[in-house]
Amino acid sequence: MIKVLFFAQIRERLNCAQVDISTDKPSTAPSTIAELKTLLAQRGDLWRLMFAEQQVLSAINKVMSTNDSPIQAGDEVAFFPPVTGG
Amino acid sequence: MSATNTRIRILEDSFDPAAMSAEMTASNITRSTTGSTTRSTTGSHTESTTGSSTENNTHGALVTFTGMVRDLVENPVNAMLLEHYPGMTERALEAIIHKARERWTLGDINITHRVGMLYPGEPIVFVGVSSAHRREAFEACQFLMDYLKIEAPFWKKEFTPDGEHWVEAKSSDTDAAGRW
Repeated sequence: MIKVLFFAQIRERLNCAQVDISTDKPSTAPSTIAELKTLLAQRGDLWRLMFAEQQVLSAINKVMSTNDSPIQAGDEVAFFPPVTGG
Repeated sequence: MSATNTRIRILEDSFDPAAMSAEMTASNITRSTTGSTTRSTTGSHTESTTGSSTENNTHGALVTFTGMVRDLVENPVNAMLLEHYPGMTERALEAIIHKARERWTLGDINITHRVGMLYPGEPIVFVGVSSAHRREAFEACQFLMDYLKIEAPFWKKEFTPDGEHWVEAKSSDTDAAGRW
């Protein structure tokens, strides 16, 4: 299983804070951030539009990642907008 | 070698930047060698100490920065909600502090950031850096703030008379970090 978290306006727009992606079937399990985005985009128009936007950042196990970053069962992946702290 | 303290605090309650500054001044006078990591119900608090305590009073400079919630005539704000990614926030701040310590010889570093609901005038962030001389402390304080702005997972939502909206990231913040 891959735990996927959403933050800030992305969580609000999707009305979703977390989804769990099954990795039981290795052939369909996403192996990169890009593949996970493609899989999530199939959940509906809201999701497709969200991931079509450039400004969705990602982290794997609480470290910033890119589209090419590999993911595996047990990982915690997060999607969030550009940060605005300080 | 003198001891150096690193403190990272994510607080759900308001804090007093003057007390943070006083704490860092006191730390330069009396120093403990014990490091600890604690988590409290009001947020998270990470503390580490490295080095020995054989030398005290070695930091001749302390630079502090406090960021506060603004309420401007052209952009009135009633309140601000600060969201973060618990766990990643602390890791990101630790990584930024590590980069600063590689670049300058620094003493104590304290980064404190509020989360939750804030109101105009309240402090959002405090960054304090001590070092032997002022130049390193001034530069490192700016460096830490510039990188916090683009790498630490915090998000602001403003509540205004016209409604609520998430604050957009500014390219000027990316430019500010790029100069280092």
